[in-house]
Amino acid sequence: MLRAVARRRQRAAASLPNRDAAMKGTTAMVVSHASPGAPRFLPRAALADLVTLLQDEGFTVVGPTVVDGVVMYRPIDSPDDLPHGVNDVQQRGTYRLAEGDPELTFEFASGPDSPKRFLFPPQQQLMQFRVQGEGFEVTAGPPDVPKIALLGVRPCDLAAIRVQDRVFGQDDPATFRCESEPWYEQAREQTLLVAVNCTSPGGNCFCVSWGTGPEAHEGFDLSLTELRDGFICRAGSPRGKELAAKLPLREPTRTELDLAELLMNRACEHMGRALDTASVKELLEQKREDSHWDEVAQRCLSCGNCTMVCPTCFCSTVTDVTDLSGEETTRVRSWESCFTHQFSYTVAGPGRDSLRSRYRHWLRHKLCTWQDQFGVSGCVGCGRCITWCPVGIDITQEVQALRNDSTSLPAPIAPACAFSSEGSPP
Amino acid sequence: MAEAPTAEPAAEPAAQPAPEPRRRPRLAVYKFSSCDGCQLQLLNLEDELLALADAVEIAYFLEARRQELPPPYDVGLVEGSISTPEEEERIQTVRRNCKFLVAIGACATSGGIQSLRNWANVEEFTRHVYARPQWIKSLETATPIAAHVFVDFELHGCPVNPRQLLELVSALLNHRRPNIPTHCLCIECKRRGLPCVLSAHGEPCLGPITQAGCGALCPAVGRACYGCFGPMEQPRIGALGERFAQAQQRPPAEIMRMIRSFNGYLEPFKQASDHYERQAAQQD
Ligand code: SF4
Ligand code: SF4
Ligand code: SF4
Repeated sequence: MLRAVARRRQRAAASLPNRDAAMKGTTAMVVSHASPGAPRFLPRAALADLVTLLQDEGFTVVGPTVVDGVVMYRPIDSPDDLPHGVNDVQQRGTYRLAEGDPELTFEFASGPDSPKRFLFPPQQQLMQFRVQGEGFEVTAGPPDVPKIALLGVRPCDLAAIRVQDRVFGQDDPATFRCESEPWYEQAREQTLLVAVNCTSPGGNCFCVSWGTGPEAHEGFDLSLTELRDGFICRAGSPRGKELAAKLPLREPTRTELDLAELLMNRACEHMGRALDTASVKELLEQKREDSHWDEVAQRCLSCGNCTMVCPTCFCSTVTDVTDLSGEETTRVRSWESCFTHQFSYTVAGPGRDSLRSRYRHWLRHKLCTWQDQFGVSGCVGCGRCITWCPVGIDITQEVQALRNDSTSLPAPIAPACAFSSEGSPP
Repeated sequence: MAEAPTAEPAAEPAAQPAPEPRRRPRLAVYKFSSCDGCQLQLLNLEDELLALADAVEIAYFLEARRQELPPPYDVGLVEGSISTPEEEERIQTVRRNCKFLVAIGACATSGGIQSLRNWANVEEFTRHVYARPQWIKSLETATPIAAHVFVDFELHGCPVNPRQLLELVSALLNHRRPNIPTHCLCIECKRRGLPCVLSAHGEPCLGPITQAGCGALCPAVGRACYGCFGPMEQPRIGALGERFAQAQQRPPAEIMRMIRSFNGYLEPFKQASDHYERQAAQQD
């Protein structure tokens, strides 16, 4: 056990240069956050004060709640709605709630929701327009940006937001962004982020491998580290400092600070998974053609769940829906996945017809070409794609298999079947 | 679709030509062997029904009105499978009468629940079910519309989703491609932000191999998708079946029954269910 921990540490350490290269420059973002202020202590009972304070400032507070046995982000009225005493067991392709420490509120790890749902909504009206003579007139734009305070954002998700900033936001002049997205930028500016550091990482977490967690150092307004009697609280932005000034904070004791540090160190050692991130980009550049892609293609369903839950995946499709008269049109943008057939469909047919090419595209984009495109890794190690893949395909294991030259592969759990219609026309 | 008659040249060039009475496209809705549920979905579009009746001329729709206008029709929506000798002939006429023919619902697109008899002995069924089996005239198999005539579009679902039905009609009226996704249900389910019943509860959800379109009705109430929208584009039935067999310990007979239901006779569900049936037989 200890040796395993040591190995993981080594791996994490080995990944440092690469991770630094990958994450470098992610500080200058849409919203500039000052370096976190001095640690203070928020008594447990004052969590309610925080929620009330946010509500008084006009925020809809969105936090983790248990919905049908899964921790998901939903609007909350008070801390009573948070999942007290709840933990989770996450494995490849499975998620189960478990009983947690009754005195803790944030013991669980990430659920399927991430801040992506609020900054880049899954389905959004872009505009409405009406045909007018030869042209058209825009009658409505996108809905107003709601004023949301996200409570309980994990450090890996803060890193994911910084990744999406590069896709949608206005970055520094050496910009990597796809296109400026005003709604996103406004939502980013307006949305208040209360981070919660991870004291009890999930079975599929590997943020340590990327250096994106378990502790948040930037990109939040307030951050909390949960102890039994309360939280170590830091302000990470001018807005966070203003809030902190209105909260009943006190100086933390030495013991409380030591305990928080101990918890963070322990979390580093309890990552459910690890990814050897060192030279992963080069690895995937080399492995463009590899029999392992055929092997994954036997297991993958091309269902797109991994891309839906991934906090950095940003693909979307835009559809125009006309009314019966053909005069009023609504333009809607929805999350889309590189695993669908239509995603790469052109007049010449689908660009990626085989599952092999789709999974390969996804993995290579996440870990390799994303860096060319945005100067940062497309994976932050949240482990969601492992938990929510219906057949439990594990990104860390697939990379390892490619690294091992496909020699020590797990036995395929799904042998090829004559009736899988891969490659046949839809 | 409907060509406007050419306007008469105006007597005086400056004068505005009088607006031509619009010839509305004519819609026909047919029923074959079915439960009428898909036709009802059209009537369930309460808020849009008036606009629909304004946009198209409902020329033939016995479920909704007694009046029958003579063919030809611009758009024909066909519900139901071909199950009887009479239907086998009638569908040919229907095809000839409609410019654009759309099969709606699981019966019309796959043969539906009644096509389960294709794996059984029909005569034996009729003997058990009907007091006078000699009066029953049915074909050996129940088959989808596309097995008999050319179909321009197929709208999946048991029943079809009213929004998709409206989208289809709007697209036809506006000469554009309908926005009917062919990807799997999971994408719709995740967009809605629903907790996954497969990963979180070990339910045998068919969402990963089933075409989206229902709005993830079943996962929204905490139950597994049972595939009523039929196979998605390129479904990976074997890979999902392995998951059900290994992680959930479901026997082949159960997997066979899951796949062989509303759309069981539609490929590749058909071959897959045959595969699990053989597996089940081997185990016995
Ligand atoms: S690729 Fe997987 S582990 Fe990496 S950020 Fe996306 S969902 Fe998380
Ligand atoms: S990797 Fe898993 S979640 Fe992603 S498309 Fe394949 S089967 Fe679906
Ligand atoms: S509940 Fe079913 S449809 Fe929804 S994501 Fe899970 S497997 Fe897919």
